[in-house]
Amino acid sequence: MCGIAGLIHRGKSSNVGSELQGMLQALKHRGEDSTGYALYGDTDGKNFIMRFKVGENVGEGSSSIMEDVSVYDERKKVVDQTLAEMGAKVVKEERTLPYSLRYEINYDVKDLLEFSQRIESIPGVEILSMGKSLEVIKDLGNAKMVCDRYSLDKVVGTHAIGHARMATESGVDIKSAHPFWGYPFSDVSVVHNGQLTNYWNNRRVLENKGMRFMSECDSELIAVYLAEKMRDGATLEEGMKASLTGLDGVFTYFVATKDSLGMAKDTMAAKPLVLYESDDLVAMGSEEIAIRSVLPQEIDTYDPFDGEVKVWQI
Amino acid sequence: MANLKTVSKKSKAQSMGMHTEVLTGRTQQKFFNPDEAENFYYFGTYDVDFNKRTELDVKDMTAPEANKEIDNLMSQGYGTIVIKNPQGKHSLGVGILNKLNLIFEGSLGYFGMGSCDGPIVRINGRVGWSCAENLMAGKVVIEKNAGSCFGAAIRGGDLICKGSVGARTGIDMKGGTIIIGGDAGAFTGFMMQRGRIIILGDVGINLGDSMYDGTIFVGGEIGSYGSDAVDAELTSSDQDWLKRKLKVAEIGENFDVSKMKKIVAGKKLWNYDNLEPTEKKGAI
Repeated sequence: MCGIAGLIHRGKSSNVGSELQGMLQALKHRGEDSTGYALYGDTDGKNFIMRFKVGENVGEGSSSIMEDVSVYDERKKVVDQTLAEMGAKVVKEERTLPYSLRYEINYDVKDLLEFSQRIESIPGVEILSMGKSLEVIKDLGNAKMVCDRYSLDKVVGTHAIGHARMATESGVDIKSAHPFWGYPFSDVSVVHNGQLTNYWNNRRVLENKGMRFMSECDSELIAVYLAEKMRDGATLEEGMKASLTGLDGVFTYFVATKDSLGMAKDTMAAKPLVLYESDDLVAMGSEEIAIRSVLPQEIDTYDPFDGEVKVWQI
Repeated sequence: MANLKTVSKKSKAQSMGMHTEVLTGRTQQKFFNPDEAENFYYFGTYDVDFNKRTELDVKDMTAPEANKEIDNLMSQGYGTIVIKNPQGKHSLGVGILNKLNLIFEGSLGYFGMGSCDGPIVRINGRVGWSCAENLMAGKVVIEKNAGSCFGAAIRGGDLICKGSVGARTGIDMKGGTIIIGGDAGAFTGFMMQRGRIIILGDVGINLGDSMYDGTIFVGGEIGSYGSDAVDAELTSSDQDWLKRKLKVAEIGENFDVSKMKKIVAGKKLWNYDNLEPTEKKGAI
């Protein structure tokens, strides 16, 4: 089933980590195999923030294979060595969990493709996000468990999207969890509720064009599809509108960039979405109870129609 | 009808269109005996007084707790119940088989007022997916917007949304009336079998797709017609009915119904005997 939620504060920052946790926790009945956050925090914008993993969470119903922690250490060492070879300076390093790391990197580059390809050429290493504001945090368990594990409730920023997953099309693991980074674009993330039926056809076409897939989760296609459109010069909104016909199946998805948040709904409107919109806040989720967790007072909400695409700026 | 006082028990029942014969064997069905009417009751119903009013704050209740409390209040004779702080909870007000004035001061989540038979309900907010699914009788008025599958499979009653509704409104409906003050999404009236839908605003693509029967009236633009949905002539009796219905629904009373479009089933799809005899024989 899966549940998605997102919010964007316009003209101000807020405690988006805590707010998104409340929204996703309200949707936990839609799936709690894994939960993911894409948080756009307040930063000085000087350094890249790289969230990456060197292994999988093998507990909590995971479908991943158990590995020794020493393997994670070895992979981390290779990552550090590769970064040094590329001239990327690690300004700050956090290792929240043995398999999950956060680096602040001073690295002067506009195209992240080569950078990402080198890091991900290290077996068992996957970049979850790369950007100057975006941080993707995803792990197994419900929203509160993941929030507590990564101390996300204090994150202040302008906008965020998240996903509560019931695994149906692929395994219970972090690599199949949402959000997906819009590789190789800085600060682009996607969450999706639905099923895409032309996943393999699109994947073959996009892989032939040099795009990369890390999982076999159909939702990853949306991030890659939009990234490819943007690589060819389309705006985010143009890419999203193209996806209404380019992607087949049922879907409601959110996509966020450094300064915007968008939603798209398939032409059959088969997947739910409730939306609240005011001058200073947009909040949306698979169910109204997600919005109620941040806006308990009586408000006006509505369902976007079939084939609708909307984008908001901070 | 025969004089019921002078006929035998069996004839009396048959005159009323009922039966008294007792079936044996595997059949467990028991037929209604009019002489024992006092022994029959509609499960879950109570004698309520509409002037007896109370409020119920469901902020800290789960949906089952709230619904049980509504039932408890009806059992105490309360005929008007005001629900405070529903806050988008799912499945509130379901399964009410009673005459009742029920007022929600706020919005409901999914499946609100499902499988009801008789209550008069006013929701001063929005409703999520599948509001009033399987409504059998009564009236449900939503002051704001509604989600998809609004009035799915209703069999009777009036379901009114003063705002706009999502996709598949009136899907599989088998009776009753759905009235929309704003716009409606795609696949409105999908596979409807009976009943009427009135939309004062625009409607999305595939209107009335695969409808078996029933009637849809649209005041605004139509995105596209679904399979087997066709235009029909809007008669004067249609217009009279529309005026009366919109007035009762407290919505669009001054709407110019003469310009509404009327959509019905072309009845070319569902008669498979005529359409696919060869395939059907092949399957057998």
